[in-house]
Amino acid sequence: MSSHVYPKEKEIFPGLQLEKVDDRIMTLNVGPQHPGSGHMRIILKVDGDYIVHCDPDPGYVHRGEEKMAEYRNYITNIPHLERPVIHDSCNILYPYCLGVEELLGLEVPERAKYIRVIAAELNRCVYTQYWLAIYGIFLGHSTMFMWPMGDRELVIDLLDKMTGARVTHAYFVPGGVRNDLPPNFEDVCLRQVNYFEKRLKEYADIFYDNPILISRTKDTGILSREDAIKLGTTGSVLRASGVDFDIRKKEPYDVYEELDFQTNVLKEGDSYARSKIPWLDMFESCRIIRDALKKMPKSGSVRVKLKPNPKGGDTEVYRRVESGRGSLGMHIISRGKPQPYRLKISVGSFRNLIAMPHLLTGEMLGNMPAVYWSLNYWPVEADR
Amino acid sequence: MSVIAPKFRLGYLIKGITDNIFWIIVLMTLIGIPVVQIVLIYIDFPVIDGEIWNPFRVFDAMTHPERALPLVKNFMQTDLFKIVAFPGFGFAALIAAAVIFVERKMLAKLQLRVGPFYCGKVEGILQLMGDGLKLISKEIIIPAKADKPIFWAVPVLFAATAGAFVALIPVAPGWVVADIDLGLLAVFAVIGFFPIITVLAGWSSNSKFPFIGGIRALYQMVSFEIPLILSLLGIVMLTGTLNLSEIVESQVNFPWIIFMPIGAIVFFICILAELERIPFDLPEAESEIVAGWLTELSGMMYGLVQLGSYLKLYAFAGLFVVLFLGGWNGPSVFPMEPMAKVITDGIVIMPDALVIKDIPGLPLFAGEMINGTIWFILKTAAVIFFILLPRGVFPRVRIDLLLKIGWYKLIVLAFVNIFIALALVYSGIIGPGGIM
Repeated sequence: MSSHVYPKEKEIFPGLQLEKVDDRIMTLNVGPQHPGSGHMRIILKVDGDYIVHCDPDPGYVHRGEEKMAEYRNYITNIPHLERPVIHDSCNILYPYCLGVEELLGLEVPERAKYIRVIAAELNRCVYTQYWLAIYGIFLGHSTMFMWPMGDRELVIDLLDKMTGARVTHAYFVPGGVRNDLPPNFEDVCLRQVNYFEKRLKEYADIFYDNPILISRTKDTGILSREDAIKLGTTGSVLRASGVDFDIRKKEPYDVYEELDFQTNVLKEGDSYARSKIPWLDMFESCRIIRDALKKMPKSGSVRVKLKPNPKGGDTEVYRRVESGRGSLGMHIISRGKPQPYRLKISVGSFRNLIAMPHLLTGEMLGNMPAVYWSLNYWPVEADR
Repeated sequence: MSVIAPKFRLGYLIKGITDNIFWIIVLMTLIGIPVVQIVLIYIDFPVIDGEIWNPFRVFDAMTHPERALPLVKNFMQTDLFKIVAFPGFGFAALIAAAVIFVERKMLAKLQLRVGPFYCGKVEGILQLMGDGLKLISKEIIIPAKADKPIFWAVPVLFAATAGAFVALIPVAPGWVVADIDLGLLAVFAVIGFFPIITVLAGWSSNSKFPFIGGIRALYQMVSFEIPLILSLLGIVMLTGTLNLSEIVESQVNFPWIIFMPIGAIVFFICILAELERIPFDLPEAESEIVAGWLTELSGMMYGLVQLGSYLKLYAFAGLFVVLFLGGWNGPSVFPMEPMAKVITDGIVIMPDALVIKDIPGLPLFAGEMINGTIWFILKTAAVIFFILLPRGVFPRVRIDLLLKIGWYKLIVLAFVNIFIALALVYSGIIGPGGIM
């Protein structure tokens, strides 16, 4: 680090008082039409190459999913609720289905629970590969852009066989999954997942052990354990700061407590650790899938028969799952109607975005992409 | 969608043909003949059979190989040919086009893709032509608050400076556009011009991201020019000359990379930084500052800068070959005086001339020139391959790490190289007056 370091606390420009302008300070609008911003704007104030103020400005892809959900009944909500994260559509439907099942008092068949876990873990791999590809190109590593994109096709093929769609599967329904697995799926899945895991190991050679990458991302954007908890971050950001928190372990849903996997925790809390946790999680996903394929009942029903227009009681439920970006919860309030009275989606992306001004202030402009994308932030999901 | 064939009319066909004939006649007369005569003015007309040839007899001579070949040979020794075609711009542009194609296909093979595939049927070989046509046909947009004269001048200056750099590279014995005694100093002077152009581009766009990119380019190029110049001092000490052709001739027995591997490595890293290639492409880092100092350039202005940067890449690779890998020196792969015999053997030039004649003007190229060109191209291709390769392997470095590499490590290594050269000179092994 240089001797020319700005204080971490934002004393220079507290809050949003953007009028205080210095001749040395230049304001940069990174986004929404910028190759390194995603669907959002980051207002940066830079002094030379150092960021003195950072103000993330999300909301460019707000689609009113929560309001839309109030006008559709519990089944017709399924296809539009997965739009915020089409790469992780199984995981974003997971808390919704769990909540509606609790609301309607449905008992999910055992085989459906295993199929859900397999689909959710495959989908986590798809999302993480996409995220990793963009992390690669943000750091200027074009091979790391192409490799995850290519290997992602293996998993997408599996999901295509399972659900009939490459992305936006709409596979989870309250009371199970939409359709049973195709014949001979177990063998194909095992073979492809094994090959996928072999490919994942090769990423270490070209990306994670690369000396230039390590020199760029080590010790940049350090989020301490206390700050990570205080700011309310979740998922890989929290686990990279040394907090052992995984909802699959702490509040197991469906059959996660019967499966064999571990939580990856790193202590450093820098960009490198934050970029490594999702990659390590993909190995765990492969492990979970193999274990679930072994323990899954070979036959049986996969869906509970529902009434045409199911009505919830006068209650409310909150269920959350571990998605690719951390905790993903849905709060469903029912008032005895076929539609939910209120649906509140709480996403990991938006929680992790809170850490961004904290991390970027005092960093160099060149660290902006590395820190920003290591937060595992998906702009579309955060805006909902 | 159905395509309706236009109705055929004989009148339109005849009109089209006569229109074409009319325009061919007009253009030939107004443009073709003056161009031919301008070209003919530049040729020193040879004396054949005791007659001095004039432009009016040249067309007649074209039909006779024994008379046409001396003209062609004389034309090849003019400066015009050297600048436009062989060691100059045309040759370099051809290599640059090949480099772009190889870069795309090689990176694609590295990254689980196929690269350009459809354009030109064979592995997308015409993709570059398609891209060029697209760039030419695009509208050039100038920012409203740009400093317009400087903004217009930037792409032209960049391509021209790269062309000036190309002109200094000797390709084969005697085949260099500008063979000057202070060749290496001229190279340094040309390299020193590039940061000015990038800063001008960043400043004149009057936009924030180009400005940051221009300043970054200035930092990077200035801090890497010093180790670049220092790493070449060892060769100047050992050869005692700054003339690039003489430096090549001094490597008949062994290339300098054997004695100065450290200098070669330092020079190679400096090449990567000067060319703004990954891992040193900070001035064009798209995820941080959009496209750096190229952000506001559009259409063929961008195309010219790209052409210039690939010419620069060829020139730097050629400079590496000339200084460290022995330039055109290499074992003879091409037979020495082949042309005269091969062509005249068995060719009946006139009905009654059955004797074998020596046609004046043959051989067109000396054997050593073709041999040297082959070796030069092979070595340059190898160097270019190693310049392209990091793009598939490394991410981008940060500006403080980049400057640290330049100022702390490379300058020290360059001085180590200089001391190795001094040791070689003073021990009397090689160098001016040495035993080799």
